[in-house]
Amino acid sequence: MLYAAIWRALPGPLVVRALIALVLVAAVVAVLFLWVFPHVAPYMPFNDNTVDTSGAARAAGAAAGGAR
Amino acid sequence: MKALRWSLGVVGDLLVTAGLVLLLFVAWQLWWTDVTANRVQDQTIARLDREFSRPAPASANEKPKAVPFGEAFAILRIPRLGADYARPVLEGTSLDILDEGVGHYKDTALPGVVGNFAVAGHRTTYGRPFHDIDKLQPGDKVVVETKTTYFVYVVRSHKIVLPTAVEVIAPVPDKPGAKPTERWMTMTACHPKYSAAQRYIVFAQLEKSYPRAKGLPAGTLAVPKGA
Repeated sequence: MLYAAIWRALPGPLVVRALIALVLVAAVVAVLFLWVFPHVAPYMPFNDNTVDTSGAARAAGAAAGGAR
Repeated sequence: MKALRWSLGVVGDLLVTAGLVLLLFVAWQLWWTDVTANRVQDQTIARLDREFSRPAPASANEKPKAVPFGEAFAILRIPRLGADYARPVLEGTSLDILDEGVGHYKDTALPGVVGNFAVAGHRTTYGRPFHDIDKLQPGDKVVVETKTTYFVYVVRSHKIVLPTAVEVIAPVPDKPGAKPTERWMTMTACHPKYSAAQRYIVFAQLEKSYPRAKGLPAGTLAVPKGA
């Protein structure tokens, strides 16, 4: 529904619409790769490779917000 | 009825989107971080190579100074992981530092010094410097190259511990509080791969050090035979 609505809102003939759609997808992927994911990654538990006393809570999956 | 169908459609679209975003995140974490981190780490290695090769100022023979947080100060070479394996060692073990190379635990010994030179590295992401740390065998060489010296450590043992086992980076590994008399090196990485439930620990001991100007003996960086 959402995507069908966006598709209908795009102007021009089929080829132009497809191109615009491609650019939009590329833009979204770029924002995710360059900005969103790098900010989310520190909260993921699997990137930890150090030993420390505060690591216990994270290993147990207790506090997801405890990025160091 | 129409409104219900429409909103169900939107919910479906959102769920599909969420699934795609999660797949993209996996691709980013497992592939893209390798691409970018390898590029950054190769640049750092090239820069360190240039810096180390520059003639040292007159005061070069002073005692090793503490390295500023986040700064690359050594090159780690592990022949078992490839004849051309080279990773930068940076001061500190915060996540942003570990994304740029191998991190040196603050307040542990510097390379070649009595005590424990302890470092941490990623196992599966951000260039994964310690991806194959489990391939290291007792007797394998681990070379730490600084501006003045090649420190050749020899792997003694490994173990798998909980993430809280800070005693592995004690000045005398596994004996916190003991007074160090030997020159140890500890490497830590996640274990098992793609998890952080445990840590894979490798202990090495300094075998010999060589002035950087003289170079390493031929064959030191040759890949050891055997699986």
